Amino acid sequence: MANITKEEIRKPENLVYKKTDLLTDKALSYCPGCGHGTTHRIVMEVLEEMDIQDKTIGIAPVGCSVLAYDFMNIDMQQAAHGRAPALATAIKRLMPEKFVFTYQGDGDLAAIGTAETIHACNRGENIVIIFINNGIYGMTGGQMAPTTLPGMKSSTSPYGRDTHLMGNPLKMTELVAQLPGTIYVTRQSVHTPSNVRKTKKAIRKAFENQKLNKGVSFVEVVSNCNSGWKMTPVQSNKWMEENMFPFYPLGDIKVNTD
Amino acid sequence: MKGNEAFAEAAIRAGADGYFGYPITPQSEVMEYLMAEKPHERTGMVVLQAESEVAAINMVYGGAACGKRVLTSSSSPGISLKQEGISYIAGAELPCLILNVVRGGPGLGTIQPSQSDYFQSTKGGGHGDYRMIVLAPSSVQEMADFAGLGFDLAFKYRNPVMVLSDGAIGQMMEKVELEEQRPRFTEEEIIKNTPWATTGKTKNRERNIITSLNLDSAKQEQHNIDLQKKYKLIQEKETRYELINCEDAEYLIVAYGTSARLSQKAVDLLRNQGIKAGLLRPITLFPFPTKAISELADRVKGILTVEMSAGQMVEDVKLAVGCRVKVEHFGRMGGIIPSPAEVVEAMHKKIIGG
Ligand SMILES: Cc1ncc(C[n+]2csc(CCOP(=O)(O)OP(=O)(O)O)c2C)c(N)n1
Ligand code: SF4
Ligand SMILES: [Mg+2]
Repeated sequence: MANITKEEIRKPENLVYKKTDLLTDKALSYCPGCGHGTTHRIVMEVLEEMDIQDKTIGIAPVGCSVLAYDFMNIDMQQAAHGRAPALATAIKRLMPEKFVFTYQGDGDLAAIGTAETIHACNRGENIVIIFINNGIYGMTGGQMAPTTLPGMKSSTSPYGRDTHLMGNPLKMTELVAQLPGTIYVTRQSVHTPSNVRKTKKAIRKAFENQKLNKGVSFVEVVSNCNSGWKMTPVQSNKWMEENMFPFYPLGDIKVNTD
Repeated sequence: MKGNEAFAEAAIRAGADGYFGYPITPQSEVMEYLMAEKPHERTGMVVLQAESEVAAINMVYGGAACGKRVLTSSSSPGISLKQEGISYIAGAELPCLILNVVRGGPGLGTIQPSQSDYFQSTKGGGHGDYRMIVLAPSSVQEMADFAGLGFDLAFKYRNPVMVLSDGAIGQMMEKVELEEQRPRFTEEEIIKNTPWATTGKTKNRERNIITSLNLDSAKQEQHNIDLQKKYKLIQEKETRYELINCEDAEYLIVAYGTSARLSQKAVDLLRNQGIKAGLLRPITLFPFPTKAISELADRVKGILTVEMSAGQMVEDVKLAVGCRVKVEHFGRMGGIIPSPAEVVEAMHKKIIGG
């Protein structure tokens, strides 16, 4: 092995993995180890595999992924904070033959955009919602989110979230699963290769569902925010397994696609 | 037809692709009319009752960003809620049509007609340096005409257009002539007319991105400079107004919308008294007919603005006139429409005798 050259390794027949062309060459602006980057890649791989780049319109939120359109090589719109599902509603209704998805953080989707999320889900808009739940406002420097766990520290709950004073975390995914307009609701993560595979399957299913024309497919990705949580990526993944998953259990919550 | 209904029918005929709204008096007839007309069957137009004005204006953003002809309608409290979305639409340079059938404020105010949204319509309203094109109808005919004109201007300049009406014109019944049905644009036409629209990235072009975000200050400043250039061009090309009895006028009234209608009667009453009165009716409030008013200021002895507000447009009239002649405001508030006799009296008290 020792005398294999770089050129040899890079020969087409030796390639085992290639970045999808649907990701641009721009370096991701996310902190190293952040789940946003992995999820971007998975979504783009799914669109490439389904060969629907020319039919897809994505919507970037306000949050760390506000610049998703710098990395995703598809037509995209940037929404006001929380309003992505309203944009998606109009786009899909005006162009029903397109594939439309929103990509939103927990502050965007479950705080300021609660009304838009619930009503788009309740109307059964034929869209995909990708929901990155990192339990915190990453973009603005680690403030408490609607999803912040009880007792969890953030810059606006510096002594831990006191649920008497600050209210309880909101399980938006369980909530939208109750609504007749959602057909597929699932919670996944991207912190291990096997979880990445599962999430990719879920996202593929969500986009395939748009062909059924039956309602919202909602994919939550429980994710880390090592900057906001003030941990290393490895610590944050461990903390996520030990604290986030018991509160936000992974797996399908609703599959109503027949 | 009622003003609100005429606007709705004209929007269908102007080839609108989508309407997104939320009920509020005195403009709910717009969505009611659209729902009853089943434009989905007539032209394929989408009509959706949103969960709020916030959602409705963001649906408009989404649709406009696809190059579609989309509109919303509301009344003052709802327009306040839409301001965030309007700012994003202006920032992202998207074309759309917004009808505001103004009622009295502040707060929940009254459901009666008012003109107290002049500031929030012509001066920005939401955050940042931006302008909407603002059209002020004073008849049911203009309610209808300005739907089509509004779309045309919106697409010409990639800019939001507001039709600033009021409860009186929205509810009033008059005869109206409507344009023939314009066909809605096909996807091919949209791709050709609005190549910036998010219609899906095909292999033969770069991806289209609709955003109002520029984290680089130099770029954001340049974007602002470009916007200001566009607004200046709009001021040069699109200023519209009507002059009534102004040729020999010694005393001028400036009024738009409902106030212009009753001011026209006041001009007649003043002329009957031997006073040479005239009316300038701004049709576009942005761009404002500053030059026309300035020219008249050289010839008249005094100017009265009539508005159903505490005096908002009067500031722009004063800017146009400077200190050359006296400019005073007369208005009623809270949903009260002044009578022509009151306007005559105000002209005597504040301008002629004052
Ligand atoms: C109307 C409005 N309010 C507040 C903000 C500031 N803001 C930007 S991002 C953000 C929170 C985003 O958090 P989240 O959605 O969880 O995304 P993350 O960064 O964690 O991925 C806030 C409050 C804003 N841009 N607009
Ligand atoms: S702040 Fe948090 S969510 Fe944002 S990029 Fe960094 S790790 Fe990711
Ligand atoms: Mg977050």
